[in-house]
Amino acid sequence: MAVHAELENEGSAVRIVVEGRFDFSAHKDFRESYEKIETPVEGYTVDMQNATYLDSSALGMLLLLRDFAGGDSAEVSIVNCNTDVRKILSISNFEQLFRIH
Amino acid sequence: MTSRTVLIADDNRMDRMVLTQILRKEGYEVLAAVDGVEALELYATSEPEIVLLDALMPRMDGIEVARSIKQQSGDQFVPIVFLTSLTDADELARCLDAGGDDFLNKPYNQVILKAKLSALERMRQLNVTVIDQRDQIAQHNNHLMHEQEAAKAVFDSVAHTGCLDAANIRSHISPLAVFNGDVLLAARSPSGNMHVLIGDFTGHGLTAAIGAMPLAEIFYGMTQKGFQVGEILREINHKLKQILPPGYFCCAAMFDFNFHKRVLEFWNGGLPPPFLYRHETGDVEMIPSTHLPLGVVDGAKFSERTQITDMSVGDRLFLWTDGILESRSRSGEMFGEDRLREVFSSTSESNGLFNRLIEAVNAHVGEQDLDDDLTIAAITMVEEHEVSARVATFEASGQIGPEDWHLAFELGPTSLRVFNPLPLLQHILMEVPQLRPQGGKLFTVLSELYSNGLEHGVLGLDSRLKRSAEGFAEYYEKRAEALATTQGFVRFEFDCRTSATVGELSIRVIDSGEGFDYKARENVSASGNTGYHGRGLPLLSSLCRSIEYQGKGNEVLVKMDWTLDASDSSADPAFVH
Repeated sequence: MAVHAELENEGSAVRIVVEGRFDFSAHKDFRESYEKIETPVEGYTVDMQNATYLDSSALGMLLLLRDFAGGDSAEVSIVNCNTDVRKILSISNFEQLFRIH
Repeated sequence: MTSRTVLIADDNRMDRMVLTQILRKEGYEVLAAVDGVEALELYATSEPEIVLLDALMPRMDGIEVARSIKQQSGDQFVPIVFLTSLTDADELARCLDAGGDDFLNKPYNQVILKAKLSALERMRQLNVTVIDQRDQIAQHNNHLMHEQEAAKAVFDSVAHTGCLDAANIRSHISPLAVFNGDVLLAARSPSGNMHVLIGDFTGHGLTAAIGAMPLAEIFYGMTQKGFQVGEILREINHKLKQILPPGYFCCAAMFDFNFHKRVLEFWNGGLPPPFLYRHETGDVEMIPSTHLPLGVVDGAKFSERTQITDMSVGDRLFLWTDGILESRSRSGEMFGEDRLREVFSSTSESNGLFNRLIEAVNAHVGEQDLDDDLTIAAITMVEEHEVSARVATFEASGQIGPEDWHLAFELGPTSLRVFNPLPLLQHILMEVPQLRPQGGKLFTVLSELYSNGLEHGVLGLDSRLKRSAEGFAEYYEKRAEALATTQGFVRFEFDCRTSATVGELSIRVIDSGEGFDYKARENVSASGNTGYHGRGLPLLSSLCRSIEYQGKGNEVLVKMDWTLDASDSSADPAFVH
């Protein structure tokens, strides 16, 4: 399980890359990855390219990120989900809260 | 540092003295034994930290002493070093097998002896720490288990006021399910319907359990007061959003079984699809999750919109949390949806399905930790009389209430769209002590009258649509459409005369609709048409003394009367079968 964040679009957006099992063990790393960024950010992208699985505490972490990014006005995308990850997100109807591609 | 005690056993006097000298110089307290038997005696009385044993001794050799000491010391690590001039590999191996931790070759090298003793001392310290921590963990765990038991007892007394033991429900819940975040609740509404809620909170332990309390309270409280699924869900969602920390929520599905009309109302927010098993065909319909879980968003973003499907007697609804899908085999493979479907397609007889399901999961998981995290329930649509009368009863009290009164209540179009008047009316009526014993009956009558007045009167919907399954869905679509634009009203008028022993209540319901040719309908009713698509008239006539349509058919007057038997004041004849 590894999480890291990188700035993109000249620093206006953050891409958070999650690898391996996205579960409670990632809690601290995931939070720190976006909380430590000090410059103002307009949008967030969570890249699931290498995430194999996510559980309900990962869903909770995504909600925390959404809250951090401004709640209902947040711009948070979740991209590159594999089938399992996609399925878990859609059972919870998270497409109502996030842009999922 | 307090001085450590070392026990040495050697039958050679010279060796014994040399070793004793060296160890004393290093600050150890030394006990010296001349053979194995004495070594064991000294060990028993003085409990040394480290033992040095000559392998070959008279009376009892070092190997036997080592075995005995290791056995006596149990959890405690007492390092044993064999003092030997042996070089035969088998002999040396025998020493280690017996419990030896190291060797020291004769003649003694002071530097090596010192180094070995401090290495063993480090190991011993590490072992002491590990044992201490193990005991602490065990103590904490004990404490936690006690707390969980107490918390569970509190939860049970809140949660078990329901009807999970009803004849048409089978359920399997692990004893500490609430600490896995699982909740399963069932209760009867005043109209005799059954509400069922299955939920799965994020996280484990107390965090997961804590939200279950308000959830259960709201579920039971509002169900008993006659609120509908959507209203209850909105309230639970609001409460959970308020109290749960961000990132915590509850995946849940809620159902309303109407045994009289054989209709299932459902809502699924975030749970893996429950299966609706059709008894006649053996087909399975999935009830997909179409909403966000409870406690994620509040206000307008939350949708309590339910859907409706008809059910035949014998049809069963199977519910589970993700525990079943995620049950892992020894190799880590999850049970998954395919295996779940396989159970349903390979089991022909519906009664056996529940057991087959649990067997299949257990077989998949194997011997380890059987069904510890499983919450499964199956609820069958049955004939109304098969579910016993576990309807909330309202206690009659000795209070004096109004004995001759009139009450009118009219809902305009906006209220019709957004408000369910039944709990409010029920609440007001139950404030009249003489009406309390009639609570369940009254609620059913009001529900029937209101849905007739609203749906067939104000909205002009044709109940014949509900004869087929497709028509059923269409009916509820049309209902929503018509409700959005209606300008109508529904008016209730109550007229009540009671004394201490007898009572009569008239309820007139007037709607803004076109009315209908009730004289023609009465003939149909008389010819034995009792389908649920009628105006609920058979049900009403079983509960009321008289039903009379008036005007152009947009007014109905029902009369109920009763004799209060002081010895049996809470009996509710409508639900006693």
